[in-house]
Amino acid sequence: MTNEELKSRITALNPGATYEEGGEWLNVVVSPDSWASLAASLRNEKDLDFNYMFCLTCVDWKTHLTMVYHLFSFTHKHTIVVKAKLDTKQPVIGTVCDIWRTAEFLEREVYEMFGVHFDKHPDLRLLILPDGWEGKNPLRKDFEDPINMIRL
Amino acid sequence: MFEEIGTNAEGDMMINMGPQHPATHGVLHLVITLNGETIKKVDPHLGYIHRSIEKMCESLTYRQFIYVTSRMDYLSAHINNHACAMCVEKGMQIEVPGRAQYIRVIMDELTRIASHELWWGAMSMDLGAFTPFFHSFRERETINDIMEETCGARLTMNYMVPGGVMNDIHPNFQRRVKEFIQLYKRKIHEYDELITGNVIFQNRMKGVGVLTAEQVISYGCTGPVARGSGVSCDVRKWWPYEVYDKVEFNEVIETGGDSFARYLIRMKEMDQSIRIIEQLIDNIPDGDFQAKTKAVLKLPKGEFYSKVETARGELGVYIVSEGGTTPYRIKFRSPGFSNLSILHDMAKGGKIGDLIASMGTLDLVIPDIDR
Amino acid sequence: MWSFSKIADFIHEFLGSYLNSTWTMIAEMVIAGVAVIGLFALLGLVLVIMERKVSAWIQIRLGPNRVGPKGMLQSLADTLKLLVKEAMTPGGADKFLFNLAPYIAMIVAMLLMAPIAFAKDFQLWDLNIGVLYITAVSSISVISILMAGWASNNKYSLLGAMRSGAQIVSYELSAGLAILTIIIFTGDLQVSEIIKSQADGWWIFKGHVPAIVAFIIFIIAVTAETNRAPFDLAEAESELTAGFHTEYSGMKFALFFLAEYVNVFIVCAIGATLFLGGWMPLHIGHWTGFNHVMDYIPSSMWFFGKTFFLIFVIMWFRWTFPRLRIDQLLNLEWKYLLPLSMLNILLATAIAILGWHF
Repeated sequence: MTNEELKSRITALNPGATYEEGGEWLNVVVSPDSWASLAASLRNEKDLDFNYMFCLTCVDWKTHLTMVYHLFSFTHKHTIVVKAKLDTKQPVIGTVCDIWRTAEFLEREVYEMFGVHFDKHPDLRLLILPDGWEGKNPLRKDFEDPINMIRL
Repeated sequence: MFEEIGTNAEGDMMINMGPQHPATHGVLHLVITLNGETIKKVDPHLGYIHRSIEKMCESLTYRQFIYVTSRMDYLSAHINNHACAMCVEKGMQIEVPGRAQYIRVIMDELTRIASHELWWGAMSMDLGAFTPFFHSFRERETINDIMEETCGARLTMNYMVPGGVMNDIHPNFQRRVKEFIQLYKRKIHEYDELITGNVIFQNRMKGVGVLTAEQVISYGCTGPVARGSGVSCDVRKWWPYEVYDKVEFNEVIETGGDSFARYLIRMKEMDQSIRIIEQLIDNIPDGDFQAKTKAVLKLPKGEFYSKVETARGELGVYIVSEGGTTPYRIKFRSPGFSNLSILHDMAKGGKIGDLIASMGTLDLVIPDIDR
Repeated sequence: MWSFSKIADFIHEFLGSYLNSTWTMIAEMVIAGVAVIGLFALLGLVLVIMERKVSAWIQIRLGPNRVGPKGMLQSLADTLKLLVKEAMTPGGADKFLFNLAPYIAMIVAMLLMAPIAFAKDFQLWDLNIGVLYITAVSSISVISILMAGWASNNKYSLLGAMRSGAQIVSYELSAGLAILTIIIFTGDLQVSEIIKSQADGWWIFKGHVPAIVAFIIFIIAVTAETNRAPFDLAEAESELTAGFHTEYSGMKFALFFLAEYVNVFIVCAIGATLFLGGWMPLHIGHWTGFNHVMDYIPSSMWFFGKTFFLIFVIMWFRWTFPRLRIDQLLNLEWKYLLPLSMLNILLATAIAILGWHF
């Protein structure tokens, strides 16, 4: 599908979706509440069939957090980037690890690095950081570690 | 983390495999729940070599951060550097000279062969055969010597820079690569005689750690792991970069989905890499090895994503730029991380020996997973 | 001609001229004991350096080459290092059993030295049930491994010990049946008699197909019994770090190590005795001229030559093959080797009754 077709298709599924210009692929911005249901349709609708999530990450914009999901379809060979803006204080978004299994580990990583809570995630624990790091989120911009951080 | 080690409520035995264990190839820590010798659960605990490279890169300039990435997947250091250089080039819209493109692809393929050689030795060692390790290192050393001559380093090369490569190739480079190709063709049959055709080896590999195509795509596995289950996902074919669209090579795909399929993929991939190098080595065009770039690189505001095929799968580099000299946020989509996440599904129900054998075919490099 | 038996006779007469018969006996026992311990230590040193050199040769490298001429004193230096190392006992271990286990492993290996004929008329104890004694005593070694694995209070050790128990108990059967094939041909359990019966040709040549099949089964089974690769599941260092001796260090580890190598020597010596004629030179039927020439090579040379050839073969296995999985290992024994050796016994019996062997 071309970007324009994807746009109209996604707007039909999620009327609140907005689109960002620029970038290599189509950028869709959705609200965190509607993400989980949109994700299921993105995966399950035959004409969309985004079966491969190749990147899941988060960006700290100081005023808000943005979840970024890169999706690709092996059957239709189209790519989209879905973004969802989250509150810095209480970032919560629905999990997609039952839709794309790779999200289970990636969400655990985002949880410990950014403190984003994934609703209904079966096993939301620290993955990379050692015990006792809950609440301290190293990839947030306000994280300070005077001993180990490099400043050039 | 350690309190849970013991025996759980159902009377199953829980053991720590790693962080220091001969089969984990580094500091991977698996907590395994066992019923006798049968595996019920594998729970990876990561982070023993976590350096927060993504955070470090936020305070390094676009020229500097590439050097840190050599330390991620140290076995395909060139390809990591390549991915980062490509992402910066995409943002700056730098045209890479033809000579640099050829050199980059040759280096990538040499790295891929070196990585697969090491994997072959290490995986055989997991299965209890020690000799293959030394045989594969014989050829790998030759590649390292070639790298040393041109890049000045044997493991973390830092040879690719935005706009091309750091320096021109050594005058001996072409001759020595051709010598290596001859050596490789003379010796590769020993690999098959020693391991591939061995009855014990085939019994250990066939039908073990079977993954379906759906599982592989859902877990985001790429590289030989995905291709072993019949999923075509080679970045070099799907999204050709540099001169991959000009050379002839096959994407190796096996449909078995078991450890043996993944093993065969890597063995055949080495042949394809040799094929690519053969086509390029005599035709390196004259010209600059590096495009003219400004001393200080500044990416425009925006988001840039580039992907390459490393020896382990798809490496993605996602740069969010605010227009400054350093990236605002950088994310490495490492192939090892996704490949590791499938380990539980793969090993469940098997024996400890199967876990080791199938983990060997995932070709995990721990710094790549922890970053 | 110079031979071991002359030395033995000389010592016997020398002692006899000074002491009465009881004290002669006791003195000889002490000498034999010291000789066995000496041989034990020497074998350990020789086999370790041999293994390292063989592996280096197979793996296209040099191997140890720093200590002594061509690295030949390397294992001596290793022994020194192990001797001065602290022998740690883990806190949760059963101290008594933990410390006892390596000695049992060594004692079993030493006991097995008794009935082996090292040269013509040079044997510690030529008891009339020699082969039965060997099979009986060698099965005790599993106890030391189980003891070590259980007492270490380590899960890797326990898994290794359990694997080893299953493995040794299974492969004992095939090894026993393979030995039985030769017993059927000779009709005698005494080691010296078995060797004498090979004066006109070794059993591997005389015994037709059953002897060859039995020999192959024997080599496979003893490789498994001594926990050597490709059957080294008890140690399986890529799976169980070091299996049953994970927690051992210093000299206690060295005793296990030593016992393994001495066991390899012993099983190869038994294989050489039963199938390749022990110290008996290569004789072919009635070719008296040829046989006479062969007799010029000392019998001890024949014995050690054959034994070390078999040891080399077992080392060759180790450095070539990958390891089996535990269920495949047991499948191999119970589904293939055991039925095969039973059939083989039937065939051997038929041949022996019909007198078809040479």
